[in-house]
Amino acid sequence: MKLNRIINDPDLVVEDAIEGYVAAHPELFAKTDHERVLKYPAIPQKGKVGIVTGGGSGHEPAFLGYVGKNMVDAVAIGEIFSSPTAGAFLDAMKASDGGAGVACLYGNYAGDNMNVKMAVKKAAAAGITVKTVVANDDVASAPITEREKRRGVAGEILMWKVGGAAAAAGYDLDGVIGAAQKAIDNCRSIGVGLSSCIIPAVGHPNFNIDNGMMEVGIGHHGEPGINVVPLQPANEMAYTMLEPILKEGIFEAGSEVVVLVSGLGATPTMELYIYYAEVDRILKEKGVKVHRSYVGNYFTSLEMMGVTLTMMKLDDELKKLVDAPVHSLGMVQG
Amino acid sequence: MSEVVVIKNGVDVVDDLINVIVSNRDYLSEIDGAIGDGDHGINMAKGFNICKKRIDGKQLTLSEALAELSDSLMEGIGGSMGPLYGCIFTGWSDSVQGKTELTKEDVQAMLANGMSELQDISPAQKGDKCLVDTLFPATDSFAQAVKDGKTFKEALNIMKDAAAKGRDSTKDLVAKIGRASRLGERSRGVLDAGATSCCLLVTQLADSIEARMN
Repeated sequence: MKLNRIINDPDLVVEDAIEGYVAAHPELFAKTDHERVLKYPAIPQKGKVGIVTGGGSGHEPAFLGYVGKNMVDAVAIGEIFSSPTAGAFLDAMKASDGGAGVACLYGNYAGDNMNVKMAVKKAAAAGITVKTVVANDDVASAPITEREKRRGVAGEILMWKVGGAAAAAGYDLDGVIGAAQKAIDNCRSIGVGLSSCIIPAVGHPNFNIDNGMMEVGIGHHGEPGINVVPLQPANEMAYTMLEPILKEGIFEAGSEVVVLVSGLGATPTMELYIYYAEVDRILKEKGVKVHRSYVGNYFTSLEMMGVTLTMMKLDDELKKLVDAPVHSLGMVQG
Repeated sequence: MSEVVVIKNGVDVVDDLINVIVSNRDYLSEIDGAIGDGDHGINMAKGFNICKKRIDGKQLTLSEALAELSDSLMEGIGGSMGPLYGCIFTGWSDSVQGKTELTKEDVQAMLANGMSELQDISPAQKGDKCLVDTLFPATDSFAQAVKDGKTFKEALNIMKDAAAKGRDSTKDLVAKIGRASRLGERSRGVLDAGATSCCLLVTQLADSIEARMN
Protein backbone atom coordinates (compact mmCIF):
# COMPACT_ATOMS: atom_id res chain seq x y z
CA MET A 1 0.00 0.00 0.00
CA LYS A 2 1.27 3.48 -0.87
CA LEU A 3 2.01 5.52 2.24
CA ASN A 4 0.08 8.81 2.16
CA ARG A 5 2.76 11.05 3.59
CA ILE A 6 4.29 14.44 2.85
CA ILE A 7 7.90 13.37 2.36
CA ASN A 8 10.64 13.20 -0.25
CA ASP A 9 12.64 10.12 0.65
CA PRO A 10 11.57 7.83 3.52
CA ASP A 11 15.25 7.35 4.46
CA LEU A 12 15.89 11.08 4.74
CA VAL A 13 12.88 12.33 6.72
CA VAL A 14 14.99 13.48 9.68
CA GLU A 15 17.47 15.42 7.51
CA ASP A 16 14.67 17.01 5.51
CA ALA A 17 12.69 17.99 8.61
CA ILE A 18 15.75 19.63 10.21
CA GLU A 19 16.08 21.84 7.10
CA GLY A 20 12.49 22.97 7.57
CA TYR A 21 12.84 23.75 11.26
CA VAL A 22 15.96 25.86 10.67
CA ALA A 23 14.47 27.66 7.66
CA ALA A 24 11.21 28.46 9.45
CA HIS A 25 12.65 29.53 12.81
CA PRO A 26 16.14 31.00 12.44
CA GLU A 27 15.59 32.94 15.69
CA LEU A 28 15.36 29.62 17.57
CA PHE A 29 17.62 27.23 15.68
CA ALA A 30 21.22 27.51 14.55
CA LYS A 31 23.05 24.68 12.82
CA THR A 32 26.32 23.37 14.23
CA ASP A 33 29.24 21.46 12.71
CA HIS A 34 27.32 18.28 13.49
CA GLU A 35 24.38 17.82 11.12
CA ARG A 36 22.35 16.14 13.88
CA VAL A 37 22.88 18.88 16.47
CA LEU A 38 20.94 22.15 16.61
CA LYS A 39 21.48 24.95 19.13
CA TYR A 40 19.86 28.14 20.29
CA PRO A 41 21.71 30.90 18.38
CA ALA A 42 22.64 32.90 21.51
CA ILE A 43 24.58 30.08 23.17
CA PRO A 44 27.06 29.30 24.56
CA GLN A 45 26.51 31.96 27.18
CA LYS A 46 29.52 32.58 29.38
CA GLY A 47 28.96 31.50 32.97
CA LYS A 48 25.55 29.90 32.35
CA VAL A 49 25.06 26.18 32.81
CA GLY A 50 24.35 24.60 29.43
CA ILE A 51 21.17 22.56 29.02
CA VAL A 52 21.36 19.61 26.61
CA THR A 53 18.87 16.97 25.65
CA GLY A 54 18.38 14.55 22.80
CA GLY A 55 16.39 11.60 21.64
CA GLY A 56 14.89 9.86 18.68
CA SER A 57 12.86 11.77 16.11
CA GLY A 58 9.13 11.32 15.59
CA HIS A 59 8.14 12.95 18.90
CA GLU A 60 7.94 16.52 17.58
CA PRO A 61 7.85 19.12 18.89
CA ALA A 62 10.07 17.09 21.29
CA PHE A 63 12.99 17.13 21.44
CA LEU A 64 14.26 19.96 19.22
CA GLY A 65 11.15 22.10 19.77
CA TYR A 66 12.23 22.82 23.33
CA VAL A 67 15.44 24.51 22.23
CA GLY A 68 15.03 28.18 22.98
CA LYS A 69 15.40 31.02 25.45
CA ASN A 70 15.40 29.78 29.07
CA MET A 71 14.93 26.14 28.10
CA VAL A 72 17.16 23.72 26.15
CA ASP A 73 20.40 25.13 24.67
CA ALA A 74 21.38 22.32 22.30
CA VAL A 75 19.76 19.12 21.12
CA ALA A 76 21.05 15.83 19.69
CA ILE A 77 18.70 14.44 17.05
CA GLY A 78 18.35 10.71 16.35
CA GLU A 79 16.69 8.67 13.64
CA ILE A 80 12.98 8.05 14.15
CA PHE A 81 12.49 6.33 17.53
CA SER A 82 16.23 5.71 17.78
CA SER A 83 18.82 7.31 20.06
CA PRO A 84 21.20 9.94 18.67
CA THR A 85 24.83 8.86 18.46
CA ALA A 86 27.25 9.47 21.31
CA GLY A 87 29.01 11.90 18.96
CA ALA A 88 25.84 13.96 18.55
CA PHE A 89 25.32 14.14 22.33
CA LEU A 90 28.99 15.09 22.75
CA ASP A 91 28.81 17.89 20.18
CA ALA A 92 25.60 19.21 21.76
CA MET A 93 27.44 19.30 25.10
CA LYS A 94 30.36 21.15 23.53
CA ALA A 95 28.01 23.63 21.78
CA SER A 96 26.24 24.54 25.01
CA ASP A 97 29.21 24.76 27.37
CA GLY A 98 29.75 28.29 28.61
CA GLY A 99 32.35 27.26 31.17
CA ALA A 100 29.89 26.53 33.98
CA GLY A 101 29.28 22.90 33.02
CA VAL A 102 26.46 21.18 31.21
CA ALA A 103 23.29 19.50 32.45
CA CYS A 104 22.19 16.71 30.12
CA LEU A 105 18.50 16.05 30.84
CA TYR A 106 17.13 13.07 28.92
CA GLY A 107 14.77 10.09 29.04
CA ASN A 108 15.35 6.58 30.38
CA TYR A 109 15.87 4.43 27.27
CA ALA A 110 18.63 1.86 26.71
CA GLY A 111 20.14 3.55 23.65
CA ASP A 112 20.05 7.06 25.13
CA ASN A 113 21.58 5.82 28.39
CA MET A 114 24.50 4.21 26.56
CA ASN A 115 25.14 7.07 24.15
CA VAL A 116 24.92 9.75 26.85
CA LYS A 117 27.23 7.74 29.11
CA MET A 118 29.87 7.58 26.40
CA ALA A 119 29.42 11.25 25.51
CA VAL A 120 29.84 12.28 29.16
CA LYS A 121 33.12 10.33 29.29
CA LYS A 122 34.41 11.99 26.14
CA ALA A 123 33.26 15.43 27.33
CA ALA A 124 35.20 14.93 30.56
CA ALA A 125 38.29 14.11 28.50
CA ALA A 126 37.72 17.40 26.64
CA GLY A 127 37.53 19.30 29.94
CA ILE A 128 33.76 19.78 30.07
CA THR A 129 31.87 18.79 33.23
CA VAL A 130 28.55 17.16 32.38
CA LYS A 131 26.02 15.94 34.91
CA THR A 132 22.83 14.14 34.01
CA VAL A 133 19.23 13.69 35.08
CA VAL A 134 17.34 10.74 33.61
CA ALA A 135 13.57 11.18 33.35
CA ASN A 136 11.49 8.23 34.56
CA ASP A 137 7.98 9.60 34.95
CA ASP A 138 5.97 6.85 33.18
CA VAL A 139 4.10 5.01 35.96
CA ALA A 140 2.94 2.26 33.58
CA SER A 141 6.44 1.10 32.62
CA ALA A 142 7.46 -0.45 35.97
CA PRO A 143 6.28 -0.51 39.60
CA ILE A 144 7.48 2.29 41.90
CA THR A 145 9.82 -0.19 43.60
CA GLU A 146 11.69 -0.40 40.28
CA ARG A 147 11.56 3.28 39.44
CA GLU A 148 14.99 3.08 37.78
CA LYS A 149 13.34 0.97 35.07
CA ARG A 150 10.60 3.47 34.31
CA ARG A 151 10.71 5.24 30.97
CA GLY A 152 10.80 8.99 30.51
CA VAL A 153 7.82 10.52 28.70
CA ALA A 154 6.17 13.95 28.65
CA GLY A 155 7.45 14.75 32.15
CA GLU A 156 10.73 15.44 30.35
CA ILE A 157 9.22 18.71 29.13
CA LEU A 158 8.66 19.91 32.70
CA MET A 159 12.17 18.74 33.61
CA TRP A 160 13.59 20.88 30.76
CA LYS A 161 11.36 23.80 31.74
CA VAL A 162 12.57 23.72 35.35
CA GLY A 163 16.21 22.98 34.48
CA GLY A 164 16.28 25.67 31.80
CA ALA A 165 14.73 28.27 34.11
CA ALA A 166 17.19 27.36 36.88
CA ALA A 167 20.16 27.78 34.53
CA ALA A 168 18.78 31.12 33.31
CA ALA A 169 18.34 32.24 36.93
CA GLY A 170 22.05 31.69 37.52
CA TYR A 171 21.98 28.38 39.41
CA ASP A 172 25.31 26.53 39.32
CA LEU A 173 25.56 23.05 37.79
CA ASP A 174 24.68 21.18 40.98
CA GLY A 175 21.78 23.56 41.54
CA VAL A 176 20.41 23.02 38.02
CA ILE A 177 20.77 19.25 38.37
CA GLY A 178 19.07 19.35 41.77
CA ALA A 179 16.13 21.37 40.45
CA ALA A 180 15.69 19.18 37.34
CA GLN A 181 15.90 16.04 39.48
CA LYS A 182 13.31 17.44 41.87
CA ALA A 183 11.05 18.27 38.92
CA ILE A 184 11.13 14.74 37.53
CA ASP A 185 10.91 13.15 41.00
CA ASN A 186 7.63 15.00 41.41
CA CYS A 187 6.31 14.04 37.96
CA ARG A 188 4.05 11.12 37.11
CA SER A 189 2.76 10.31 33.62
CA ILE A 190 0.68 7.74 31.80
CA GLY A 191 -0.41 7.34 28.18
CA VAL A 192 -3.31 5.73 26.37
CA GLY A 193 -2.98 4.57 22.75
CA LEU A 194 -5.93 4.22 20.36
CA SER A 195 -4.07 3.47 17.13
CA SER A 196 -0.58 2.59 15.88
CA CYS A 197 1.96 4.58 13.86
CA ILE A 198 4.12 4.00 10.79
CA ILE A 199 7.82 4.84 10.47
CA PRO A 200 8.11 5.98 6.81
CA ALA A 201 11.25 3.91 6.12
CA VAL A 202 9.56 0.80 7.54
CA GLY A 203 6.27 1.34 5.72
CA HIS A 204 3.94 -0.75 7.87
CA PRO A 205 2.43 -0.15 11.33
CA ASN A 206 4.84 -0.67 14.23
CA PHE A 207 2.22 -2.59 16.21
CA ASN A 208 -1.51 -3.08 16.26
CA ILE A 209 -4.42 -1.82 18.35
CA ASP A 210 -7.75 -3.24 17.28
CA ASN A 211 -10.54 -0.89 16.35
CA GLY A 212 -12.72 -0.14 19.38
CA MET A 213 -9.91 -0.91 21.83
CA MET A 214 -7.41 1.24 23.71
CA GLU A 215 -4.10 0.34 25.31
CA VAL A 216 -3.64 1.81 28.78
CA GLY A 217 -0.05 2.63 29.68
CA ILE A 218 1.37 2.41 26.17
CA GLY A 219 4.88 3.85 25.69
CA HIS A 220 5.99 6.52 23.26
CA HIS A 221 7.24 3.93 20.79
CA GLY A 222 4.40 1.46 21.31
CA GLU A 223 6.01 -0.25 24.30
CA PRO A 224 3.44 -2.53 25.94
CA GLY A 225 1.05 -0.99 28.43
CA ILE A 226 -0.74 -2.31 31.49
CA ASN A 227 -3.73 -3.69 29.61
CA VAL A 228 -5.88 -3.41 26.51
CA VAL A 229 -9.52 -2.54 27.20
CA PRO A 230 -12.57 -1.51 25.17
CA LEU A 231 -12.46 2.16 24.22
CA GLN A 232 -13.84 4.42 26.95
CA PRO A 233 -15.49 7.84 26.71
CA ALA A 234 -13.26 10.76 27.75
CA ASN A 235 -14.64 10.98 31.29
CA GLU A 236 -13.93 7.31 32.02
CA MET A 237 -10.57 7.55 30.29
CA ALA A 238 -9.62 10.38 32.64
CA TYR A 239 -10.46 8.18 35.67
CA THR A 240 -8.61 5.21 34.19
CA MET A 241 -5.47 7.29 33.70
CA LEU A 242 -5.62 9.28 36.93
CA GLU A 243 -6.01 6.19 39.07
CA PRO A 244 -2.47 4.80 38.66
CA ILE A 245 -1.02 8.32 38.94
CA LEU A 246 -2.90 9.15 42.16
CA LYS A 247 -2.12 5.71 43.58
CA GLU A 248 1.55 6.75 43.70
CA GLY A 249 0.59 8.80 46.76
CA ILE A 250 2.42 12.04 46.00
CA PHE A 251 -0.66 14.11 45.02
CA GLU A 252 -3.10 14.84 47.84
CA ALA A 253 -5.91 17.24 48.69
CA GLY A 254 -4.26 20.65 48.91
CA SER A 255 -1.36 19.78 46.54
CA GLU A 256 -0.58 22.35 43.89
CA VAL A 257 0.20 20.75 40.55
CA VAL A 258 1.06 21.34 36.92
CA VAL A 259 -1.04 19.27 34.50
CA LEU A 260 0.29 18.56 31.02
CA VAL A 261 -1.99 16.82 28.52
CA SER A 262 -0.38 15.88 25.22
CA GLY A 263 -1.77 14.32 22.08
CA LEU A 264 0.25 11.53 20.46
CA GLY A 265 0.15 13.00 16.97
CA ALA A 266 -3.23 12.12 15.45
CA THR A 267 -5.50 13.32 18.24
CA PRO A 268 -7.57 16.40 17.36
CA THR A 269 -6.83 19.29 19.74
CA MET A 270 -10.55 19.55 20.43
CA GLU A 271 -10.52 16.07 21.93
CA LEU A 272 -7.54 16.92 24.12
CA TYR A 273 -9.66 19.69 25.65
CA ILE A 274 -12.65 17.37 26.06
CA TYR A 275 -10.28 15.09 27.97
CA TYR A 276 -8.72 17.93 29.96
CA ALA A 277 -12.13 19.10 31.20
CA GLU A 278 -12.66 15.68 32.76
CA VAL A 279 -9.21 15.61 34.38
CA ASP A 280 -9.74 19.11 35.77
CA ARG A 281 -13.14 18.17 37.19
CA ILE A 282 -11.85 15.05 38.93
CA LEU A 283 -8.86 16.90 40.41
CA LYS A 284 -11.18 19.63 41.75
CA GLU A 285 -13.32 16.93 43.39
CA LYS A 286 -10.22 15.58 45.07
CA GLY A 287 -9.07 19.00 46.22
CA VAL A 288 -5.92 18.99 44.07
CA LYS A 289 -5.19 22.53 42.89
CA VAL A 290 -4.11 22.98 39.27
CA HIS A 291 -1.61 25.85 39.32
CA ARG A 292 -0.87 25.72 35.59
CA SER A 293 -2.03 23.54 32.72
CA TYR A 294 -0.66 22.74 29.30
CA VAL A 295 -2.91 21.14 26.67
CA GLY A 296 -1.74 20.39 23.13
CA ASN A 297 0.66 18.31 21.07
CA TYR A 298 3.72 18.60 23.32
CA PHE A 299 5.28 15.14 22.93
CA THR A 300 3.97 12.96 20.12
CA SER A 301 4.60 9.57 18.54
CA LEU A 302 4.33 10.20 14.79
CA GLU A 303 0.61 9.78 13.97
CA MET A 304 -0.43 7.65 16.92
CA MET A 305 -3.93 8.37 18.19
CA GLY A 306 -3.99 8.78 21.93
CA VAL A 307 -3.25 11.02 24.87
CA THR A 308 -0.73 11.30 27.70
CA LEU A 309 -1.33 12.80 31.11
CA THR A 310 1.50 14.23 33.20
CA MET A 311 1.24 15.76 36.66
CA MET A 312 3.98 17.51 38.62
CA LYS A 313 3.62 18.37 42.29
CA LEU A 314 4.92 21.84 43.07
CA ASP A 315 6.79 23.42 45.94
CA ASP A 316 7.75 27.10 46.06
CA GLU A 317 10.95 26.61 44.07
CA LEU A 318 9.36 24.48 41.33
CA LYS A 319 6.45 26.91 41.09
CA LYS A 320 8.81 29.84 40.54
CA LEU A 321 10.81 27.97 37.90
CA VAL A 322 7.74 26.66 36.07
CA ASP A 323 6.26 30.16 35.98
CA ALA A 324 9.44 31.79 34.59
CA PRO A 325 9.25 33.12 31.02
CA VAL A 326 10.27 30.81 28.19
CA HIS A 327 10.42 31.09 24.43
CA SER A 328 10.71 27.91 22.39
CA LEU A 329 8.74 26.37 19.57
CA GLY A 330 6.97 23.93 21.88
CA MET A 331 6.38 26.30 24.77
CA VAL A 332 5.98 30.06 24.93
CA GLN A 333 5.16 31.85 28.15
CA GLY A 334 5.67 35.27 29.81
CA MET B 1 51.36 -25.53 13.94
CA SER B 2 52.46 -22.27 15.46
CA GLU B 3 50.66 -21.01 18.54
CA VAL B 4 51.40 -17.45 17.54
CA VAL B 5 49.43 -15.77 14.79
CA VAL B 6 51.00 -12.88 12.92
CA ILE B 7 48.63 -10.07 11.94
CA LYS B 8 50.57 -8.15 9.30
CA ASN B 9 47.81 -5.69 8.57
CA GLY B 10 44.88 -5.27 10.96
CA VAL B 11 42.86 -3.86 8.08
CA ASP B 12 42.64 -7.33 6.53
CA VAL B 13 41.01 -8.82 9.64
CA VAL B 14 38.55 -5.93 10.02
CA ASP B 15 37.82 -6.16 6.29
CA ASP B 16 36.71 -9.75 6.88
CA LEU B 17 34.35 -8.56 9.63
CA ILE B 18 32.97 -5.84 7.35
CA ASN B 19 32.39 -8.30 4.52
CA VAL B 20 30.51 -10.79 6.66
CA ILE B 21 28.10 -8.09 7.87
CA VAL B 22 27.62 -6.41 4.51
CA SER B 23 27.02 -9.69 2.70
CA ASN B 24 24.42 -10.68 5.32
CA ARG B 25 22.67 -7.31 5.27
CA ASP B 26 19.35 -8.55 3.91
CA TYR B 27 19.38 -11.74 5.98
CA LEU B 28 19.86 -9.76 9.22
CA SER B 29 17.08 -7.33 8.34
CA GLU B 30 14.78 -10.19 7.49
CA ILE B 31 15.30 -11.81 10.91
CA ASP B 32 14.85 -8.45 12.60
CA GLY B 33 11.63 -7.86 10.67
CA ALA B 34 9.94 -10.76 12.44
CA ILE B 35 10.06 -9.16 15.89
CA GLY B 36 11.91 -5.86 15.57
CA ASP B 37 12.09 -2.84 13.28
CA GLY B 38 13.49 -4.80 10.35
CA ASP B 39 16.45 -2.47 10.09
CA HIS B 40 19.25 -4.37 11.87
CA GLY B 41 21.03 -5.39 8.67
CA ILE B 42 20.61 -1.96 7.11
CA ASN B 43 22.00 -0.17 10.18
CA MET B 44 24.88 -2.59 10.70
CA ALA B 45 25.87 -2.53 7.02
CA LYS B 46 25.71 1.27 7.09
CA GLY B 47 28.12 1.47 10.04
CA PHE B 48 30.50 -1.21 8.75
CA ASN B 49 30.59 0.43 5.30
CA ILE B 50 31.59 3.73 6.90
CA CYS B 51 34.55 1.86 8.40
CA LYS B 52 35.39 0.34 5.01
CA LYS B 53 35.79 3.83 3.57
CA ARG B 54 37.97 4.92 6.50
CA ILE B 55 40.41 2.01 6.45
CA ASP B 56 40.50 1.08 2.76
CA GLY B 57 44.07 0.73 1.50
CA LYS B 58 45.64 1.60 4.86
CA GLN B 59 48.28 -0.20 6.89
CA LEU B 60 47.09 -0.40 10.51
CA THR B 61 47.68 -2.59 13.54
CA LEU B 62 44.77 -4.79 14.56
CA SER B 63 44.17 -2.43 17.47
CA GLU B 64 44.06 0.62 15.21
CA ALA B 65 41.75 -1.06 12.70
CA LEU B 66 39.36 -2.20 15.44
CA ALA B 67 39.36 1.32 16.88
CA GLU B 68 38.32 2.64 13.44
CA LEU B 69 35.51 0.10 13.39
CA SER B 70 34.38 1.14 16.85
CA ASP B 71 34.42 4.85 15.96
CA SER B 72 32.53 4.20 12.72
CA LEU B 73 29.75 2.38 14.55
CA MET B 74 29.50 4.86 17.39
CA GLU B 75 29.43 7.78 14.98
CA GLY B 76 27.53 6.20 12.13
CA ILE B 77 24.70 4.41 13.85
CA GLY B 78 22.96 5.60 16.96
CA GLY B 79 20.26 3.64 18.77
CA SER B 80 21.55 0.74 20.82
CA MET B 81 23.60 -1.21 18.30
CA GLY B 82 26.10 1.61 17.71
CA PRO B 83 27.20 1.86 21.33
CA LEU B 84 26.90 -1.90 22.03
CA TYR B 85 29.15 -3.02 19.19
CA GLY B 86 31.21 0.15 19.51
CA CYS B 87 32.08 -0.80 23.09
CA ILE B 88 32.84 -4.42 22.26
CA PHE B 89 35.31 -3.37 19.55
CA THR B 90 36.81 -0.67 21.79
CA GLY B 91 37.43 -3.38 24.35
CA TRP B 92 39.02 -5.66 21.77
CA SER B 93 41.10 -2.80 20.37
CA ASP B 94 42.43 -1.58 23.75
CA SER B 95 43.45 -5.09 24.71
CA VAL B 96 45.72 -5.70 21.69
CA GLN B 97 47.35 -2.28 21.49
CA GLY B 98 50.66 -2.37 19.62
CA LYS B 99 50.47 -6.11 18.98
CA THR B 100 51.29 -7.62 15.58
CA GLU B 101 51.30 -11.17 16.95
CA LEU B 102 48.54 -12.88 18.88
CA THR B 103 48.73 -15.84 21.24
CA LYS B 104 45.62 -17.62 22.45
CA GLU B 105 46.08 -15.79 25.75
CA ASP B 106 45.99 -12.48 23.84
CA VAL B 107 42.73 -13.48 22.17
CA GLN B 108 41.32 -14.58 25.51
CA ALA B 109 42.18 -11.20 27.04
CA MET B 110 40.81 -9.37 24.00
CA LEU B 111 37.45 -11.13 24.15
CA ALA B 112 37.21 -10.63 27.91
CA ASN B 113 37.92 -6.93 27.58
CA GLY B 114 35.20 -6.54 24.93
CA MET B 115 32.71 -8.19 27.24
CA SER B 116 33.80 -6.01 30.14
CA GLU B 117 33.47 -2.77 28.11
CA LEU B 118 30.00 -3.84 27.06
CA GLN B 119 28.95 -4.56 30.63
CA ASP B 120 30.16 -1.10 31.53
CA ILE B 121 27.34 0.49 29.54
CA SER B 122 24.64 -2.18 29.31
CA PRO B 123 22.82 -4.16 31.97
CA ALA B 124 21.92 -6.87 29.40
CA GLN B 125 22.11 -10.40 30.79
CA LYS B 126 22.31 -13.82 29.20
CA GLY B 127 18.73 -14.91 28.53
CA ASP B 128 17.47 -11.42 27.56
CA LYS B 129 17.38 -12.45 23.88
CA CYS B 130 20.05 -10.13 22.58
CA LEU B 131 23.64 -10.19 21.36
CA VAL B 132 25.08 -11.11 24.76
CA ASP B 133 23.43 -14.52 24.39
CA THR B 134 26.11 -15.13 21.76
CA LEU B 135 28.96 -13.00 23.05
CA PHE B 136 29.11 -14.17 26.66
CA PRO B 137 29.19 -17.95 26.00
CA ALA B 138 31.67 -17.44 23.14
CA THR B 139 33.98 -15.42 25.37
CA ASP B 140 33.63 -17.78 28.34
CA SER B 141 34.13 -20.93 26.29
CA PHE B 142 37.35 -19.61 24.77
CA ALA B 143 38.70 -18.82 28.24
CA GLN B 144 37.70 -22.26 29.49
CA ALA B 145 39.35 -23.92 26.48
CA VAL B 146 42.61 -22.07 27.14
CA LYS B 147 42.40 -23.06 30.80
CA ASP B 148 41.82 -26.68 29.78
CA GLY B 149 45.04 -26.60 27.76
CA LYS B 150 43.42 -26.81 24.33
CA THR B 151 45.42 -25.66 21.33
CA PHE B 152 44.78 -22.24 19.81
CA LYS B 153 42.89 -23.79 16.92
CA GLU B 154 40.82 -26.05 19.19
CA ALA B 155 39.92 -23.09 21.37
CA LEU B 156 38.76 -21.12 18.32
CA ASN B 157 36.56 -23.99 17.21
CA ILE B 158 35.10 -24.40 20.69
CA MET B 159 34.31 -20.69 20.65
CA LYS B 160 32.60 -20.95 17.26
CA ASP B 161 30.42 -23.80 18.53
CA ALA B 162 29.49 -21.84 21.65
CA ALA B 163 28.61 -18.78 19.56
CA ALA B 164 26.32 -20.81 17.29
CA LYS B 165 24.67 -22.48 20.28
CA GLY B 166 24.22 -19.08 21.92
CA ARG B 167 22.64 -17.67 18.78
CA ASP B 168 20.32 -20.68 18.48
CA SER B 169 19.36 -20.41 22.16
CA THR B 170 17.67 -17.07 21.42
CA LYS B 171 15.06 -18.83 19.32
CA ASP B 172 13.29 -20.20 22.37
CA LEU B 173 13.69 -17.09 24.47
CA VAL B 174 11.15 -14.37 25.14
CA ALA B 175 12.70 -10.93 24.56
CA LYS B 176 13.33 -9.02 27.79
CA ILE B 177 15.20 -6.11 26.26
CA GLY B 178 14.92 -3.89 23.18
CA ARG B 179 12.00 -3.26 20.87
CA ALA B 180 11.04 -6.96 20.66
CA SER B 181 10.23 -7.03 24.38
CA ARG B 182 6.89 -5.47 23.45
CA LEU B 183 5.84 -8.74 21.88
CA GLY B 184 6.30 -10.83 25.01
CA GLU B 185 5.46 -14.45 24.25
CA ARG B 186 5.11 -13.66 20.55
CA SER B 187 8.85 -12.99 20.34
CA ARG B 188 9.46 -16.70 21.00
CA GLY B 189 10.31 -18.91 18.03
CA VAL B 190 12.44 -16.38 16.16
CA LEU B 191 16.21 -15.87 16.29
CA ASP B 192 17.40 -12.58 17.72
CA ALA B 193 19.00 -10.39 15.06
CA GLY B 194 21.71 -9.02 17.37
CA ALA B 195 22.67 -12.49 18.57
CA THR B 196 22.85 -13.56 14.92
CA SER B 197 25.10 -10.69 13.80
CA CYS B 198 27.28 -11.30 16.86
CA CYS B 199 27.63 -14.96 15.89
CA LEU B 200 28.65 -13.95 12.36
CA LEU B 201 31.30 -11.60 13.76
CA VAL B 202 32.74 -13.95 16.37
CA THR B 203 32.84 -16.82 13.86
CA GLN B 204 34.52 -14.63 11.26
CA LEU B 205 37.08 -13.45 13.80
CA ALA B 206 37.93 -17.07 14.59
CA ASP B 207 38.17 -17.95 10.88
CA SER B 208 40.35 -14.94 10.12
CA ILE B 209 42.75 -15.84 12.92
CA GLU B 210 42.84 -19.49 11.89
CA ALA B 211 43.54 -18.56 8.27
CA ARG B 212 46.73 -16.86 9.48
CA MET B 213 48.04 -19.93 11.30
CA ASN B 214 50.76 -21.82 9.47
